[in-house]
Amino acid sequence: MHFDALNIVNFLLELIRTVSNGLVPMVGVGGDIDVSGPVDLLEILKFSAIFLAGLGAVFGLGLAIAAQKFAVKVDPKVEQARNVLPGANCGACGFAGCQGYAEAVATNPDVPPNLCAPGKAGVAAALAAITGKAADDREPEFARIMCQGGRSKSARRYIYEGVPDCRAAILAGGGDKACKYGCLGYGTCSKVCPFGAITMSEDHLPVVDITKCTGCRKCEQACPVKVIEVLPASKQVLVACHSKDKGVETRKNCQVGCIGCNMCAKVCPYDAPSVANNLSKIDVDKCRSCGLCAMKCPTGAIRDYIPQRPRAFVLDSCIGCGICQKVCPVEAASGEHKKKHAVDQQKCIGCGICASKCPTQSIDGTFNAPEIMAAAAAKKAARQAATAA
Amino acid sequence: MERLFELVVAASLINNFVFTRYLGLCIFFGVTKKMDTSIGMSMTFTSVMVISAALSWVVYNTIMVPLHLQFLEIMVFIGIVAGFVQAADTIMRKVSPGLYYKLGIYLALIVTNCIILAVPLINAGEGYTFLESLVFGLGSGLGFSLALIIMASIREKLELADVPKPFKGLPISFILTGLIALAFIGFSGLITL
Repeated sequence: MHFDALNIVNFLLELIRTVSNGLVPMVGVGGDIDVSGPVDLLEILKFSAIFLAGLGAVFGLGLAIAAQKFAVKVDPKVEQARNVLPGANCGACGFAGCQGYAEAVATNPDVPPNLCAPGKAGVAAALAAITGKAADDREPEFARIMCQGGRSKSARRYIYEGVPDCRAAILAGGGDKACKYGCLGYGTCSKVCPFGAITMSEDHLPVVDITKCTGCRKCEQACPVKVIEVLPASKQVLVACHSKDKGVETRKNCQVGCIGCNMCAKVCPYDAPSVANNLSKIDVDKCRSCGLCAMKCPTGAIRDYIPQRPRAFVLDSCIGCGICQKVCPVEAASGEHKKKHAVDQQKCIGCGICASKCPTQSIDGTFNAPEIMAAAAAKKAARQAATAA
Repeated sequence: MERLFELVVAASLINNFVFTRYLGLCIFFGVTKKMDTSIGMSMTFTSVMVISAALSWVVYNTIMVPLHLQFLEIMVFIGIVAGFVQAADTIMRKVSPGLYYKLGIYLALIVTNCIILAVPLINAGEGYTFLESLVFGLGSGLGFSLALIIMASIREKLELADVPKPFKGLPISFILTGLIALAFIGFSGLITL
């Protein structure tokens, strides 16, 4: 049996006609069609079909032409890049959200692939693979709270009973804290953190969870007193105070403020801290995180982020040169000339200075020892390669 | 002229789509978290509403009425709005990328929005002239923009308020909407016949 399209349509129309003539003489169709008399269903259906098909065709054609004529070429790399990015839209890369960065990194050759702070090395490597750019390792950065003056340790000028938000509190005469440089403690940073990395302690100070913090700088921007700094992970010893008040004033306002006494600058073997405007600042490039200043600081304003410093011990390769004795700030190293020295575990503070100065890398156990050993091994390998060539 | 002004006032204040007709609530609650987005949405919404009112008036009065096809209005108007928005999206992307990045995301959201559909339907039902349809679309758009901006400014303040936990977020927004709607009832005596 042979049916072509026209036959089928004719058959259907015939069917409808019979049905409308016989079984359903009157049909309620709405609109302004008068249903008092018999309605020619076929006629309506015909017009409707033609009209809808025509409208559809016009729009379809119009859209097809528009899509052709106004086609915008989208680089497939943009989409790929967008898919690897975390989608947090935190803006740490400096672009307007993940889409903006994906477009920039895929189309602009000057935009490096390692700008995504939350994505860390994995995303940088993936973006580098997509865009064909070199991914340099980017040191992770974390938010640091540059104030330790919680409610129990700092003075307040008045009782603030407004909206519990730092941005609101600072509008009320610059905040309730006596120290105008200190953390207000109403937790705006913890509210804006897109990763839930900041919690507020009992003493109304923010605590940063470095396993969650991605260094996106949202909190840094939100903090009205600018008490948050985003710093490289290796920066482990910091002056956790921003007070530029005179020492006397700072002391009055807060038990743990920097009074600019210059003690840190005196004890530092690397000249990293310097005092300006009554405030000590540690130079990141010079600091080796020995923690001496944190120990000597009379107010405890310098914070040591290395929780428990492992003590130094001497390896058998010691040649007894005595350098460790000279450099040790607490006189923990001792021993006779040309004999194996020893480090007094009771006195040692784990600053790692001896380990870094030892000419034979014979001091192990300090926080920086693995790094020093690796550097020395690399140097040795390089020297061997040079002599072999 | 007086009638046109009355139409604008009626569409934007007295019969405000959000506060008295309760239409377009999904977008209303969706974009009013921030002022920027609600302003972008208002602009996109108003322009789409005016243009789709014009397009659908032309199709309705020149094709559908002579052919007695008024019963197809819902289908046809959806088609017109969707087709127009899609075309606008495509063209804007090429012609004005800046505007596209600003408003493009909202454009996609309003393709099948109920207010956009309601405007041509009301125009057809009330038998407005072409100019009246345009003005009605404009008034409705202004009313919706007003609703979005009022809500966004309140919700931005609400971020800082100490809202009881069960009411945080959407519930308090619904309560707010109810209160604003009550206030809008006050406009009902604005025009007396």
